[in-house]
Amino acid sequence: MLQQHGPQLINLCAAVLLLLSFAMLSQRRILSLINLFAAQGAVLAASTVLVAALTGQSHLYWSALVTLGLKVILLPWILHRLIRRLNVRWDVETLFNIPTTMLIGIVLVILAFNLAAPISQLAGTVTRATLGIALASVLLSFLMMITRSKAVPQVVGFLSMENGLFFAATGAVYGMPMVVELGVALDVLVAALILGIFLFEIRERFDSVDTRHLEKLKEER
Amino acid sequence: MPGEIVLLLLAPVAGSVALALFGHRRFAPEMNAGFSILTFGAAARLVARVIAEGPVMALGEQLFVDSLNVFLVALTAFVAMSTALFSRPYMRIEREHGRVTEGGMRLYHSMYQLFTFTMLLVLVTNNLGVMWVAMEAATLTTVLLVALYRTHASLEAAWKYFILCGVGIAQALFGTILVYFAAERILGAGAGSLLWTHLDAVKGDLEPTVMSIAFVFLLVGYGTKVGLVPLHNWLPDAHAEGPTPISAVLSGLLLNVALYALVRFKVLTDGALERPFASALLMGFGLLSVAVAAFFLARQRDIKRMFAYSSIEHMGLITFAFGMGGPVASFAGLLHMTVHSLTKSAIFFTVGHAAQKSGTQVMENIRGLAQVSPTVGWGLMLGSIAILGVPPFGVFASEFLILTTAIAQQPWAAPILLVSLGVSFAAILGKVQPMVFGEPVGSPDAMRLPHRPDLLPVFAHLAIVLMLGLYIPPYLADWYRQAARLLG
Repeated sequence: MLQQHGPQLINLCAAVLLLLSFAMLSQRRILSLINLFAAQGAVLAASTVLVAALTGQSHLYWSALVTLGLKVILLPWILHRLIRRLNVRWDVETLFNIPTTMLIGIVLVILAFNLAAPISQLAGTVTRATLGIALASVLLSFLMMITRSKAVPQVVGFLSMENGLFFAATGAVYGMPMVVELGVALDVLVAALILGIFLFEIRERFDSVDTRHLEKLKEER
Repeated sequence: MPGEIVLLLLAPVAGSVALALFGHRRFAPEMNAGFSILTFGAAARLVARVIAEGPVMALGEQLFVDSLNVFLVALTAFVAMSTALFSRPYMRIEREHGRVTEGGMRLYHSMYQLFTFTMLLVLVTNNLGVMWVAMEAATLTTVLLVALYRTHASLEAAWKYFILCGVGIAQALFGTILVYFAAERILGAGAGSLLWTHLDAVKGDLEPTVMSIAFVFLLVGYGTKVGLVPLHNWLPDAHAEGPTPISAVLSGLLLNVALYALVRFKVLTDGALERPFASALLMGFGLLSVAVAAFFLARQRDIKRMFAYSSIEHMGLITFAFGMGGPVASFAGLLHMTVHSLTKSAIFFTVGHAAQKSGTQVMENIRGLAQVSPTVGWGLMLGSIAILGVPPFGVFASEFLILTTAIAQQPWAAPILLVSLGVSFAAILGKVQPMVFGEPVGSPDAMRLPHRPDLLPVFAHLAIVLMLGLYIPPYLADWYRQAARLLG
């Protein structure tokens, strides 16, 4: 049963992941954005478990557990607390309007699929179709970081980029060696904490968490 | 397992923990220097062992030291040590001027040691995944230090540094995943497939398409950290707004180590591909960095920003040299890495105290250093002359080698290099000269600092650079040659 439908289920997860990336790109409300990020983490964990069950790579269960703990529970919780403490529930402001961003996003997805196509053909893994989607969601998160002017959405973009990278790792190579995955997870956690500290500092200095205040350092000041 | 490697990695970690507890005490700067001296001692012992016994492996192949990275380990530990010595009076003065809080001092000292640890881990690890983790950790340890003064500008610089390097380094992770993907097809799954020595043994069989795509991602990722144009935007800000010892180690260590990571992957990519794909990319980015940085140099008003652009220029030159490849160019690249790292950190030491004396980093307001404080003034002047490649300093030797190789192998690039070097020469000399020999603005007494600057590291660094220009000891030359052979 699982052997038969497993690959389809993984492809379904990949599709949902991409959809969530687009949803994040178009989301205007900050709280929904964090929930979408948590959902993305959940899909990532589910697909990791699927790959683990399908291929018998037992270390992937641990990887899924780390993803679940870190990206579905801990980081969204930290972000929610942060929002409450900063007392900022404003809408997300974008530098371009949403439809333009979505169009650029579609171009990026096509680019990602083209780039990943030659690699996917080489892959012997059951999940080879997912590499393009993983790269696409990395690029979409990248786009989100560029087009948002507030600090918190930029942070969410940064974290969701890591989700895309983990998905690429499970998709193409059944996960990185455990020591590397743990190291990466630790880095992400520390990064999130430091970003949290930063947000407070920035708000203290500027009375706002808008990174457009952070544009004074330019050439020819 | 060799004790030297253990001590090399444990000393900074222990230092970081100890300084997290005592980093605000009066004796903390000395403690910081003590741990750095210990680290350097371990590095020196390691060098002796590698020279005597050849490459060393430890921790079940997870750590690996050959002639390429042992030279960078020694350089990193040395510059970290002398920067710790310089930072003793410097940070005390900053504390007394009220720019750093007590908590800030603790953070600074603890993170300084942790940063040294991440640099050394990038160098000695054999695992390309761990290399990435340590590289990201290096950003994380320094990002709060860039924001140490908590001014608008420093927060902005740190945010930019974090976001740009975070995004960049994510691309490098994707590249690493692709390399693992290529390796797994030959070596099978498991941690062994990410070990550089294993990959190096089978590099001819690695899938060329995957490796070339991977190298592009790695170049963007680690290239951001090297400060290659057009990924360099974080670098001048982070250098200008952070405390000076951090500017010195960013320029002197971080950029080198990031380039080292890139070069390790270049060796693999070259082995997998028949075409000189990686070399062409490195040459292109290197040349662009040299040219763009030279012209930005002339427009700077902030002294630390100017020397930050000079770092971009020199990293571009080294990248170009490694891109050309071959025994002479690689030798010159390694030599230039050494002399640039030593000279640039020495310059930042003098710049730090010059800025403290004048109370500003704006060059127009720094005047007459030679009268106010001869050691700071002459240190800055000699450092600038050295970095501009005036003989007999070592930078001249390496730049001369790079240029002559470029004329022989890549004649189209030589004019661009020459013009850029000329432009930066005029720009830097024109700005440093009045700062050192102009009329002082205030009275020397008003500029007196509460602690005596420790400028011994400046002259020690410059003396080594001078020596390398006149005479490279035979064992050192051998060592460079071996490392250059590894690079191909």
